Amino acid sequence: MNEIAEHHGGAHASRSTYWLVALILAIITLLEVAVFYIPFLRAAIAPILLVLSATKFALVAMFFMHLRYDRPILTAILSTGLVVAAAIILALMLLFGALRLMAPA
Amino acid sequence: MSTHATTFGVPHRKMAMWVFIGSECMFFGSLIATYLSYEGKSVVGPTPAEILNIPLTSVSTFVLLMSSLSMVLALDAVQRRQNGQAKLWIGGVIVLGGLFLAGQVYEFSHFYEEGLTLQQNLFGSTFFVLTGFHGAHVTVGVIWMATLLVMAFRGQLGPERSLDVEVAGLYWHFVDVVWIVIFTVVYLIQ
Repeated sequence: MNEIAEHHGGAHASRSTYWLVALILAIITLLEVAVFYIPFLRAAIAPILLVLSATKFALVAMFFMHLRYDRPILTAILSTGLVVAAAIILALMLLFGALRLMAPA
Repeated sequence: MSTHATTFGVPHRKMAMWVFIGSECMFFGSLIATYLSYEGKSVVGPTPAEILNIPLTSVSTFVLLMSSLSMVLALDAVQRRQNGQAKLWIGGVIVLGGLFLAGQVYEFSHFYEEGLTLQQNLFGSTFFVLTGFHGAHVTVGVIWMATLLVMAFRGQLGPERSLDVEVAGLYWHFVDVVWIVIFTVVYLIQ
């Protein structure tokens, strides 16, 4: 069986990158709260917030969880979990009438 | 210290944590699905619009995001054999995680005083189960960080143990990304 070193520090981002990512995450959080309080964005609040939330999720996964620098199999494992989770959410919402594919006749 | 790799070239413990995180996605996905399926179907109040405190939760979200920064800086310090920095950043994760939990305790007790309980309505049931399970995960994370801090103070947290910190960090960051989704879906999109 292969032996590998536990330390993989060379493949990780620099400290300045971590601080930059944290700054971007803070700014996106501020934007999310601003969107919540701006009345004329009410109609499009869900798609805007979902995009901002997905961006934060991706930044944490890529840089803080090191997926950007790690083996693709780890991204595949997380993606599989996320796809199944999304399928569960859509299926249950459709089943309980919280989401409709077509307008009722 | 070295460890056996899987056939994918990833240490076993790290691979196990990622598989666990994959399964946790489905777990929290089910809880979020339940919340969304019952959203707006409560026949009595309080409703989310009446009771959720967006400014407080925004601060809690910021605190948890900064705890992730502290976590990744702790791992970086351990890998560079900077024990003092490692203690500082691990301590930071514990303090920020504790602050998040304090905010959640305040929120839950405030909701209880306002009449929102687990049995009050569908919103109460789904909200407390979802955010309660997340809070339990944060609590486990804080305890895990405390064990790492003890190791650091004993001088046992060098680069040879960086996998221990990395695996704990993966768990912590996952708890953070789950909150990113909960904050958006539960608090902001009402």
